[in-house]
Amino acid sequence: MPVERTKFYQVGSFAVGNRLLPPEQRAVQASPDRGNSLTCGHRACRGCGEALGARWAVDAAISATAGRMVVVNATGCLEVFSTPYPESSWQVSWIHSLFGNAPAVATGVAAALRAKGRTEVRVVGQGGDGGTVDIGFACLSGMFERDDDVLYICYDNQAYMNTGVQRSGATPPAARTATTPLPGQAFGQGKNVPLIAMAHEIPYVATATVADLRDLEYKVRRAMEFRGARYLHVLVPCPLGWVTAACDTIRVARLATESGLFPVFEAERGEVTGVTKIRRRVPVDDYLRLQGRYAHLFGDPPKTDVIARIQAGADRNVRRFGLVD
Amino acid sequence: MLRQMEGSQAVAEAVALCRPEVICAYPISPQTHIVEALSRLVTGGRLKPCEYVNVESEFAALSACIGASAAGARTYTATASQGLLYMTEALYNASGLGLPVVMTVANRAIGAPINIWNDHSDSMSQRDSGWIQLYAESNQEAVDLHVQAFALAEELSLPVMVCMDGFVLTHAFERVDLPSQEQVDAFLPPYEPRQVLDPDDPVSIGAMVGPEAFTEVRYLGHLRQLAALERIPHLAARFERGFGRACGGLVRGYRTEDADTIVLALGSVLGTLKDVADELRQDGMRIGVAGLTTFRPFPLHAVRKVLGRARRVVVLERAFSLGAGGIVAAEVRSALAGNGADVFTVVAGLGGRAVTKASLRLLLTGGPGEPLTFLDLNQDLVAGELRRAGRARRSGPPAENLLRDLAGGV
Ligand SMILES: Cc1ncc(C[n+]2csc(CCOP(=O)(O)OP(=O)(O)O)c2C)c(N)n1
Ligand code: SF4
Ligand SMILES: [Mg+2]
Repeated sequence: MPVERTKFYQVGSFAVGNRLLPPEQRAVQASPDRGNSLTCGHRACRGCGEALGARWAVDAAISATAGRMVVVNATGCLEVFSTPYPESSWQVSWIHSLFGNAPAVATGVAAALRAKGRTEVRVVGQGGDGGTVDIGFACLSGMFERDDDVLYICYDNQAYMNTGVQRSGATPPAARTATTPLPGQAFGQGKNVPLIAMAHEIPYVATATVADLRDLEYKVRRAMEFRGARYLHVLVPCPLGWVTAACDTIRVARLATESGLFPVFEAERGEVTGVTKIRRRVPVDDYLRLQGRYAHLFGDPPKTDVIARIQAGADRNVRRFGLVD
Repeated sequence: MLRQMEGSQAVAEAVALCRPEVICAYPISPQTHIVEALSRLVTGGRLKPCEYVNVESEFAALSACIGASAAGARTYTATASQGLLYMTEALYNASGLGLPVVMTVANRAIGAPINIWNDHSDSMSQRDSGWIQLYAESNQEAVDLHVQAFALAEELSLPVMVCMDGFVLTHAFERVDLPSQEQVDAFLPPYEPRQVLDPDDPVSIGAMVGPEAFTEVRYLGHLRQLAALERIPHLAARFERGFGRACGGLVRGYRTEDADTIVLALGSVLGTLKDVADELRQDGMRIGVAGLTTFRPFPLHAVRKVLGRARRVVVLERAFSLGAGGIVAAEVRSALAGNGADVFTVVAGLGGRAVTKASLRLLLTGGPGEPLTFLDLNQDLVAGELRRAGRARRSGPPAENLLRDLAGGV
């Protein structure tokens, strides 16, 4: 008879409760001394995955660097909802320059710190998927290729949300956006920037989601153990753009990984070193059904052929990354 | 120390004497020799501490400069032409944020048609970007203006472009008096930023600003530009005391005191113009030359003063605004508003066409002329293309047509 080890997981979330852990293992967010990089008062939508992801990621970076860090932010929802006075809510040294240049600005900050002999101060760049995989892509690739000492975090909500949900190079097939009206984003397009980052053979590349915030914290901490260019790609559901309930942000993110559509892994110098296994595999329907941007797939009759193509993509991820034991 | 050297090498040496801490650049003719020389100075250890960052575009070059400058480093870049346009978004950003980046523009035409030779279309196109623009007449002035540019930029927290004519200056070997490190150190104090990315004192740089304060932020930038009109002459005077030679300032007159006709221009063409003025003076013409060193901010009062009682003002421009006319002339007209002088725009030397003494003599001794003329324009060539375009809808690419006509000897 197989023995099931006791697991202290909250129902459905697989996240272990902090109270059951020794203090040193608790989340950064559980600590009263956490960085509080992004304080309350910002104007993100209710249930915004990006606000959640950014707070956990930047706080984890603050904790890993003892606060010796600078943040460079691309234009996008994160910048817009977090800076207009009196809603400005950054408690770290923070700069926003343009939509497409955050990786290069981060390069410049790192160069200045090196010239000044202050390499103990670390640099984190961050932006949305549009700022990262599209308009900022040349700057990102340049930063990678030079192995500049920057951790760049992409908060991927799979479209240009700040300007009203237009398609980006990270918009998945069949998703409806303001510029991919029905039948939605075409198949066979888009780019996988974590894999492209790995092709640069930079020290560290990882993906994460806001469904597993401890894993997000771990990956930021791990990234900060390296010098050189590092890339973290975080899936952050957007209730407005995905047309999901605000209370479903975590759930949708979890289903993205449990369906195999969003593989969670880490890689060093171009080789995968760790994969988060799927615990309870679900069909892509479970993920798609919650989102209004896929509503056209579930009419009468449902578009089973389209859903099957999306499922095939998930199956491929499962094979490719070994997501299921 | 007097040396015979290429303009680009001299500028690289001058920049190095200013001790920049971060240099980011992307190659484009005719800027390349400057940044190549600087990369050697950094790699060879002569310029340190300094980081030389090879980036993947001019947009990244200026963006990295923005980051470096915001992190408190003295920062330098150089570009030209297409590269300057590729930076445009970041140009406005650097000035809007108040970051004192210094940049050399090795002035070059903008395509299409692609053309690597000298004119001022590139920097003139960025006249509203909030950067101070200084134009060098000679390689000595290019060297000296760079030293002044860092001081000016950092004092005012504004970025400064030092514009020098591509090839004509950048690739010319001339005698140059390079200042000593002691002289430059005495002139240029270490950079003290007004705002800096410092974990010990966190600030948000580049926050979003709505209608409630945007005008005021912009206006403050304008005030700093206007302050430059005061600071530039002071700096030039201090430079002259420290280095023993005059350089910089707003606008300089040459034999203008009693002149009826004054030609105003920017950059290296001033040398030719002064020669022509000397010759015409011998023929009895009361002519002078005004050299505009500072184009942004535009020194309205200084220009009005130097053009004084001239009845005829000819603005010789190395760029123009298509569909409108002279760019500098428009400013000169507003400087002279109500004074009764006739202002003529002469567009000359586009895309590297030589501005010859013979053509200038002809121009200046001829009749009053049209308000806007193009020096040495090949009217036959233009007429041929206009005829062709009138004859057939699919008349083909004009640039290629003209070249074919020229080869055929039109
Ligand atoms: C050069 C330029 N082009 C377009 C824009 C308009 N713009 C601002 S934010 C944005 C979308 C941002 O999308 P993303 O990076 O995915 O971030 P999100 O808002 O989705 O978090 C766009 C298109 C801009 N600011 N600059
Ligand atoms: S639109 Fe989406 S990404 Fe932007 S603030 Fe709202 S929920 Fe967040
Ligand atoms: Mg987005």
